[in-house]
Amino acid sequence: MTQKATAEATGTTPARSGIHPGTFTSRRNLVARRFIRNRPAVVALILLALGFIGCYALPPLLPYGYNDLDYNALLQPPSLEHWFGTNALGQDLLARTLCGMQKSMLIGFCVALISTSVAATVGSVAGYFGGWRDRRLMWLVDLLLVVPSFLLIAIITPRTKHSSGIFWLIVLLAAFGWMVSSRMVRGLTMSLREREFVRAARYMGVSSRRIIVHHILPNVASILIIDATLNVGFAILAETSLSFLGFGVQPPDVSLGTLIADGTPSATTFPWVFLCPAGTLILIVLCANLTGDGLRDALDPRSGSARPKKRRPK
Amino acid sequence: MTALLEVTDLNVTFDTGEVVVPAVRSTSYHIDPGEVVAIVGESGSGKTTAAMAVVGLLPEYADVSGSVRLHGEELLGLSDNAMSRIRGKAIGTVFQDPMSALTPVYTIGDQIAEAIEVHERDISRADARNRAVELLELVGIAQPERRARAFPHELSGGERQRVVIAIAIANDPDLLICDEPTTALDVTVQAQILDLLRTARDVTGAGVLIITHDLGVVSEFADRALVMYAGRAVEIAAVEVLYRDRRMPYTVGLLGSVPRLDAPQGTRLIPIPGAPPTMSSLSPGACPFVPRCPLAIDECRSAEPDLVPVGDDHWAACIRTDDVAGRSAAEIFGVSTQPLPTDSTAGEPPVVLRVTDLTKTYQLTKGVILRRRVGEVRAVDGVSFTLRQGRTLGIVGESGSGKSTTLTQILELTTPQAGSIEILGADVAALDAATRRQLRTDLQVVFQDPVASLDPRLPVFDVVAEPLVANGFDKRRCDERVAELLSVVGLDHADASRYPAEFSGGQKQRIGIARALALQPKILALDEPVSALDVSIQAGIINLLLDLQAQFGLSYLFVSHDLSVVKHLAHRVAVMYRGTIVEQGDGDQVFTNPQHEYTRRLLAAVPRAHADVAGG
Repeated sequence: MTQKATAEATGTTPARSGIHPGTFTSRRNLVARRFIRNRPAVVALILLALGFIGCYALPPLLPYGYNDLDYNALLQPPSLEHWFGTNALGQDLLARTLCGMQKSMLIGFCVALISTSVAATVGSVAGYFGGWRDRRLMWLVDLLLVVPSFLLIAIITPRTKHSSGIFWLIVLLAAFGWMVSSRMVRGLTMSLREREFVRAARYMGVSSRRIIVHHILPNVASILIIDATLNVGFAILAETSLSFLGFGVQPPDVSLGTLIADGTPSATTFPWVFLCPAGTLILIVLCANLTGDGLRDALDPRSGSARPKKRRPK
Repeated sequence: MTALLEVTDLNVTFDTGEVVVPAVRSTSYHIDPGEVVAIVGESGSGKTTAAMAVVGLLPEYADVSGSVRLHGEELLGLSDNAMSRIRGKAIGTVFQDPMSALTPVYTIGDQIAEAIEVHERDISRADARNRAVELLELVGIAQPERRARAFPHELSGGERQRVVIAIAIANDPDLLICDEPTTALDVTVQAQILDLLRTARDVTGAGVLIITHDLGVVSEFADRALVMYAGRAVEIAAVEVLYRDRRMPYTVGLLGSVPRLDAPQGTRLIPIPGAPPTMSSLSPGACPFVPRCPLAIDECRSAEPDLVPVGDDHWAACIRTDDVAGRSAAEIFGVSTQPLPTDSTAGEPPVVLRVTDLTKTYQLTKGVILRRRVGEVRAVDGVSFTLRQGRTLGIVGESGSGKSTTLTQILELTTPQAGSIEILGADVAALDAATRRQLRTDLQVVFQDPVASLDPRLPVFDVVAEPLVANGFDKRRCDERVAELLSVVGLDHADASRYPAEFSGGQKQRIGIARALALQPKILALDEPVSALDVSIQAGIINLLLDLQAQFGLSYLFVSHDLSVVKHLAHRVAVMYRGTIVEQGDGDQVFTNPQHEYTRRLLAAVPRAHADVAGG
């Protein structure tokens, strides 16, 4: 060991010169590689992407618009002409489902993204710094938690103009959807703050902002990703219930919510009217969850392929 | 004489579905009544599993075969109910962590009484309680009547362990199994607990099976020792024989890597190279120690040696036992233990850290709405010391002595409550933001727990590069510096893209040291950097620290509770007790001629290894 150590001591830098320093794999590549290894997640992500592109790209190519009436085909089951069948007015369900998907996916993903980001920011800032920031932010969280959000949204959305209705729906749903998870993030952050790797980073002179982004957030990522995928489902369902009650998306606009609401009465007699939009909804939420799982496993070195070694079997 | 416990050809395999882990492989041992047998080994060597198989406390997916006989009665294959009648009655168990071994919601008196009532159905409540109080007195708890009504959290760590021992001996067991009974305790408490275990053995006449990684405890307490490696017993012998005439290279390495109180400062230890094997990927038909063994020959790779008698009641599993006999560890492992030559010509080096009258108090407050002061805790009370360049100052103390608080105060680089801290000539109270940032790069820290101090979500490259990025290094210079640092601490270049969880404890600590060295600091604060590591790994880290000091002229502020480690590293030693420094001086002086009574108590409590006759 002595000889080896002195050899190291004398020849540290020259011995290393043969190595190309550019070969270190960056963290992003590592995460991407781990994600790609997870087949179901990759398939789900591709399906989501296809669905998102499809619901915007396909409708212009279809022979029927979502509001066109085909009087020769009322309540027809799926056929070559109408792939998803038609409803009682003779409207093509494929066109209507795609159109509904546009709104629902937009609402779902935007709300999930916004509310989870807000939750992560507020929770980690409150938890990491503590003090007055913590008090003010938690006061805001408590305030928002007692506001009857559903009623508020129901009152505001019908008053907005048609074109900006979706926008306001997204903003309001996101504004009332982050409080519980921000409290969870705050709790986790407070315990992470005392961990030695965070203290070490602080003593190394790493800025608070960098500590939050590089240490705190990746370590609460599991919660955040689960939260985001759940939020996708929650936002789509919230929009559905609002639309069902006549507040959210207003006719003649359609969303998956209004379509499901339309199809519910005839779910047993004319199942395709109900099953097509409902199946689409399930598929979206399922794919979002699978993608989220894959992302979580990729970010968390302890899960999936890289299991911890059993150090001390008892 | 018939053996009390006879374990023959014990095999334990954990099948978790994905990997099959042979944790214990054909191990045999026996314990006579009144005898103390120690199982020694590094973490993951299967020592706990080998002992827990006796009491049947293994998870359900463990596959156990072989034979375990207590008084000639087979225990393996008994139903859980039948085992429950033996556990706590014929076999008492003492666990490592006394806090989690006791139920927090019952008083300790009730818990001891319960242990008695479970096995003696017809005993009355009052009698059980009286017995509990007697037991508490026996294990040396003052005012047992009153303390029996205390809850576990109201006791100190040592007292809790005493209660656990009281529960273990409550039913006069024939066999006492102690799983690392003193690991979680301070040195002085550890000595008391070992005394108590000795008393417990004398009172009950039980055989004792003690599992430990601490070789000092073995030599102090045990009659016979069983050295385990990779799930097998590799050497069994009486303790004196083992220290005098060990025959298995692994035992040699294990004994050689123990830091010693009688070694001069700077003495290098003999680490066993490499790390313990992963049990799930053992190559069959080869001695598992081959990759780390200095004496390995081709024959070692072809067959796993059996335990063969090499002397009177002395077995070793090695084919080269004759080559081990009589040679010192340094000779066998081909390393030198001599201190590195230091230039003692330059007189007194400059002071890099000066702490004067540092004080830190915590307010105790009561009430939620009307908060009022009810007192204060003086965590650090008027501490002064200096650290010179290229030297090591060891701060020694037991838990609660304020040594970690002192370190935190220095690392915070903020104005202390009272007193002053001067780093590299700059008073921290007078720092502005820019100079504080500058000073941060000169003072770095290595923490105790290598698992907690590395962000589990960051690959090693990002961990080591973090201080560089934070101080504005660009990508290319980062890459170069990380490559250099990894080689300095003895890690592989390819390790950079792995996650910390994939490394062993010693490697993780090396990563932690690499990170601390990244900015070429002048002072390194070491907060118990080796106490979470196995002894053979610990030796490697201590050597590394010695090398780095010689190479870069680093000053170490070394905080530890382990006196023998401090002895190896520190030029000067400060002994802390209840927030104050009770003794301070040159390392040799403090250790050979302690002035303060507490220092003497601390030194006396350290379990000493037998003098290694063959060692040098």
